[in-house]
Amino acid sequence: MVTLSVDASKIEIAAGTNLLAACLQNDIYVPNLCYIEGMDHPPASCRLCFVEIEGKDAPVPACTVEVRHDMAVRTDTPGVRRLQKTALQLLLSVHDVDCKNCPANRNCALQDMAKFLKIALKSKHLDLFLKKSKIDLGHPFLEYYPNRCVLCGRCIYVCRAQQAHTQLTFAKRGFDTVIGFFGNPQSSPPSCDTCRACAEACPVAALLPKP
Amino acid sequence: MSPADHQPFQAGFDEIRKAAATRQRAFAEAPVPRIHIGMATCGIASGALETKAAFEQALARHGIDARIHTVGCIGHCYAEPFVIIDHPESGFPPIFYPEVNAGKANMLTKLFLAEGDPRFEHILGATEENDMIPWIGEFSRFNQEKRVVMEKCGHIDPEDIYEYIAAGGYETLPDMFRRSPKEIIQQINDAGLRGRGGAGFATGLKWELAADQPGDAKRVICNADEGDPGAYMDRTILESNPHQVLEGLIACAYAVGAHKAIIYVRAEYPLAVRTITKAIRQASELGLIGNDILGSSFDLDIEVFHGSGAFVCGEETALIRSIEGFRGMPRHRPPYPVERGLWGTPTVINNVKTLASVAPILKNGAAWYRKIGTDNSPGTAIFSIVGDVVHPGLIEIPMGVSLRTLIFDICGGIPNKKKFKAVQIGGPSGGCLPEEFLDTPIDFDSLTEAGAMMGSGGMVVMNEDTCTVDISRYFLDFTQKESCGKCTFCRIGTYHLLTILERITEGKGSPADLKNLAQLSQDIKNGSLCGLGKTAPNPVVTSLRYFKEDYEAHVSEKRCPGMMCRPLIAFYIDLEKCARGCDACVGCCPVEAVFTTRNRKKGIDQSLCVKCGECMVACPPEYDAVRKVSPPELAPIIERPAEPLKDEK
Repeated sequence: MVTLSVDASKIEIAAGTNLLAACLQNDIYVPNLCYIEGMDHPPASCRLCFVEIEGKDAPVPACTVEVRHDMAVRTDTPGVRRLQKTALQLLLSVHDVDCKNCPANRNCALQDMAKFLKIALKSKHLDLFLKKSKIDLGHPFLEYYPNRCVLCGRCIYVCRAQQAHTQLTFAKRGFDTVIGFFGNPQSSPPSCDTCRACAEACPVAALLPKP
Repeated sequence: MSPADHQPFQAGFDEIRKAAATRQRAFAEAPVPRIHIGMATCGIASGALETKAAFEQALARHGIDARIHTVGCIGHCYAEPFVIIDHPESGFPPIFYPEVNAGKANMLTKLFLAEGDPRFEHILGATEENDMIPWIGEFSRFNQEKRVVMEKCGHIDPEDIYEYIAAGGYETLPDMFRRSPKEIIQQINDAGLRGRGGAGFATGLKWELAADQPGDAKRVICNADEGDPGAYMDRTILESNPHQVLEGLIACAYAVGAHKAIIYVRAEYPLAVRTITKAIRQASELGLIGNDILGSSFDLDIEVFHGSGAFVCGEETALIRSIEGFRGMPRHRPPYPVERGLWGTPTVINNVKTLASVAPILKNGAAWYRKIGTDNSPGTAIFSIVGDVVHPGLIEIPMGVSLRTLIFDICGGIPNKKKFKAVQIGGPSGGCLPEEFLDTPIDFDSLTEAGAMMGSGGMVVMNEDTCTVDISRYFLDFTQKESCGKCTFCRIGTYHLLTILERITEGKGSPADLKNLAQLSQDIKNGSLCGLGKTAPNPVVTSLRYFKEDYEAHVSEKRCPGMMCRPLIAFYIDLEKCARGCDACVGCCPVEAVFTTRNRKKGIDQSLCVKCGECMVACPPEYDAVRKVSPPELAPIIERPAEPLKDEK
């Protein structure tokens, strides 16, 4: 067991625990999207779980740090908040904010974080860019909404855990990056129909089982 | 017998060296002319294959016995395809001819090889000191260089291992095996070698960290996934002297205790892939790679891996993922590859230039290497200098030389009497530096301090007719397209930067855009996951810092000072200078925007003009009548005659 301080509280937790997990388990909320507990090498791709650790000169993503004894962590410094707000605003600037017609409404990671960070869902200083394709129906059992997707990669991770080899992947590059189905719907095993782990893991209802 | 013959591992190598020396003597002493042709990709692109074919045909036609010797690239791009003719019987020293096309090859065969006239008007210089022809060693493009990595490039045939050995290659191996891996690392540490991939991490330290890892399932990787626009030194080294890289790779593997090595080279470099693959095969055949090298009981396998077209795979963690068969996306460090790299084993990844520096250090010693360059950045730097300079190409200079010396002395300055405006160093990750920085010494730390970075060594020199906003837009367009899409800041942030820059270059920017650019750049730098994202805003940050007036002119005056941004410029014809009856510009206009005025001069219809600038090129220099202005409203309106005139039909 190690003891560390996060903001005003003292936490006692098993050595080797992931710092983000340690915070969340102790009811200290740190915004996050791509982390799933138990990950061996967290992707650190959403760039939201920044914290400041005493002795380091810049904020670091909490999911990439293991707890150490006597670690002093701050989750709410101006530097941390600035990066978190920018990251969320960037995600929202490519997100089709149409909450009324979204199945994730009121159960949405983006809404929760926007509320927590006190930012508007529609940004004033960043333009909105949506991808041309609104929906991808290429998969036999799934619908994919590129303009909802935050590309956290949780679906890919859980799919690999469930199916031994993943049916999903990141496709294309840069701004055009999407979740792809390897192009061949026939290659998906019948278990896709019943598994649905990917849809359950999606924080923003970008992947849904076909009705 | 010298005492060396009794030392372990020496006898086997001496035998190889003897064979190499015999072959080399046969080549050097043959009483026939030798024609050396540069045949790296750059030479081939300029027509070296045609030059070679022309020489072969001409030699056969004139019945001349001569050797054609294909060599790699010498780094003088402005002179491609280059040929060195060594014709001892003529009494002249070996002569360097630039830009030898098929016609020149024919002419030189007939007039020089057959008749002994070297055609002075086509000569760049002689490669040796002599009384007849100026020696190239007297030109600053040659004598200010210090070649360590590229010493043999352009002098030996890269596809023949014996030529490398005859020139002193692989000499370090027997001695290296007599020493312990620790001593090798110590020597690299003493030399102060820093990684040439861009970041400048201490190579010896990297090796030490990997060597300290337990077990012997370790790997070393040569990173030849060069992807910066305008940088081509890694390709040139692999195509011109692959064995020097292999020699360094063997030393690296021996030092860290690895038995598997991989050369990660981009598939877009087919000739480099071919030369390095052939080099590995030849070295294996001589027992310099493989099991029990030279009887030392050290085993090493070297494989070539083809990287397929992702800039981000030059980043070491993405490179590892792509070898493992995954999508090439960077991962968070730590763990660093030296702890947990390819397939989870400790992995050292070194750049081509770093590895190519190893053999000269082992051969000449750390103290010798320390004497080159500066205290904090010993050794040499290789730059590919392109853009507005008289003598572009690859240049290897000691660290610490100033940008001014490099650009104005060695590369001959800016052509066409234009003024210097900026130099972009380090490709898409680097920065744009203005004239004030010309006296900055070139080394890792000074460049980083100035806001640029060594990067892989790409350098683009720009004259006064350059728009730094447009240059930033160009680099952002590149990084955005090459972003792997993994992390939020790089994927979306660079897209916003790009669209803002596009808006500014179209004259639609606002002062708020400038503020947004600066803030977003800062956040992308601090928030991104890997080096690509962290450095992507550098072109914007530096140009905003040093060329703010360019941005302000676009935003507040809708004017492009470099006159590059098409929506902000206009072409018109100066009627004072335009010659009556000349139709040069009419013929070249792709959209028929040029018309004839009532007094048979020319005007440009601004509503049709696409601003390609062809008319400006076509207008004969004695008239020089086409003018470019920004903002476009400055162009005087010339009325198009309502009825087409007779001679226009």
